[in-house]
Amino acid sequence: MSNIIEVENLEKCFGEHAAVDRINFSIEEGECFGLLGPNGAGKTTTIRMLITLISATSGSMSIAGLDVQHNKAIVRRLLGYVPQSLSADASLTGYENLLIIAKLLGLSAQERKRRIEEVLEILNLKYAAHQMVQTYSGGMVRRLEIGQAILNRPHILILDEPTVGLDPTARRSVWETVDALRRKFQMTLLITTHYMEEADNYCQRVAIMDHGRIVAIGTPAELKAGLNEPGATLEDVFTSVTGNTLESGGSFREVKQLRRRARRFN
Amino acid sequence: MKSNSFVDVLAVSTKPAEELAELLRPPTLKDWFLGYLHGVWVVTEIEIRKLRHDPFELVTRVVQPALWLVVFGEAFSRLRAIPTGNVNYLTFMTPGILAQSLMFISIFFGISIIWERDAGILQKFLVMPVPRASFITGKGLGAGVRALCQAVVIFGLALLLGVQLKWSVVGIVGSLLTVLVGSSFFSILSMLIAITVKTRERFMGIGQVLTMPLFFASNAIYPLAIMPDWLRVVAQVNPLSYVVDLLRGYLVYGSVPNALLDWTVLLIAVVIVQTIASLTYQTIVL
Repeated sequence: MSNIIEVENLEKCFGEHAAVDRINFSIEEGECFGLLGPNGAGKTTTIRMLITLISATSGSMSIAGLDVQHNKAIVRRLLGYVPQSLSADASLTGYENLLIIAKLLGLSAQERKRRIEEVLEILNLKYAAHQMVQTYSGGMVRRLEIGQAILNRPHILILDEPTVGLDPTARRSVWETVDALRRKFQMTLLITTHYMEEADNYCQRVAIMDHGRIVAIGTPAELKAGLNEPGATLEDVFTSVTGNTLESGGSFREVKQLRRRARRFN
Repeated sequence: MKSNSFVDVLAVSTKPAEELAELLRPPTLKDWFLGYLHGVWVVTEIEIRKLRHDPFELVTRVVQPALWLVVFGEAFSRLRAIPTGNVNYLTFMTPGILAQSLMFISIFFGISIIWERDAGILQKFLVMPVPRASFITGKGLGAGVRALCQAVVIFGLALLLGVQLKWSVVGIVGSLLTVLVGSSFFSILSMLIAITVKTRERFMGIGQVLTMPLFFASNAIYPLAIMPDWLRVVAQVNPLSYVVDLLRGYLVYGSVPNALLDWTVLLIAVVIVQTIASLTYQTIVL
């Protein structure tokens, strides 16, 4: 197995404040890698740099051996990205949401039809394909968005807080969906979450971030074993490496967006 | 597993060499341009689909121009206070009201990208292998399509009110093209404002501040000739005046003496806002 993502001394500053503070990690091809930590730890900023949305202040990132900063156009072809907020277009049907992405990717009519059918099948959305997304449940919207992200058959699927705001059943279904995709298509997954337990269940390796730094990295088993406490959880690991307990606060803007979304989809 | 269609293209290591080479080939200028045109086409289609699902907006948009024409227009026609040459005032102002309504539709259009940013739709599009400029032009044309619907409504109102428009093919095609380009300009300007101010509150504030000056400091409802000098200078740098001049020429007089100047100014204005907006588009997510 080779490393498909390598990040070295990556730093992102907003003014004086280092949102991401010289972090290092690598992700193996085909694994599910979890980036953990509370809101504001720098997870989303890290992801945004990797997906070419913002540039790094210093340090280097490579994807499939290509330097991300200098090969943005190519890197975008290799990625599928599911943003944190519910990003499907509620004023279109589920089918149309997939169709517009397929068209933007420049697929032929025949290929579009084939891939959309396939995606609807895999994500169990066939029955609701022609309903407006407004009528979807939160879990269905997430599955639809994952569908949009895999239409270009990405090598790496990046999901930012995919389960935030979902009920426990929907959360499990999202994790099981992406885990099945990984196994079936040998996709590499990079997932951020602040739900430590979910990462423990589904990620092969995790990195815990706090205040822009990676404070622990390894398999969930290794990290828990490092505590020498029987029955320790990743949450305990977090508490022990940061000295803090987890608190999901979030900025005012995030909370506002979250509530607005809740209104849209409930 | 082996028969699955995804598998062979997904993992880098298992990919056929030529397909991998194609995937990893840096895009050329030609790729960019073809991608741009294709992207524009698709983004416009997205806007049209949204409009088709919810055409309510178009219905409410009828009210304002109808009021201007029926109330303001009829009243001022009787007053004969404004010199409009050999056409009556209602006829003179009809192209102005068409220009006004396309500007009103377009100047608030940019709020949609703030909304899409908040919803995360924009971030997703930004990481797709599609030129950013496509989203700007495509959305501009989407606003253009809304404005074209508005033009059809105003043409209908004009017929009902007996406005003496010159219904020539050149006139109609010319005026519809003007509507399309004019509304693209104002909607892209609006997106540029959205990119700059980033929040919907500030955006609405600026939109409100802009609309009335743009409208009144133009030749929409009175000729440049009656303006004081300072106002005429303002009107001459106001792109809306050029839209009005084209529309009035095509629809009322049957010819546009300044067509070359008008089109040049409008198209250069579009290129300027398009370029700035494309280059700054992604800063809205910061």
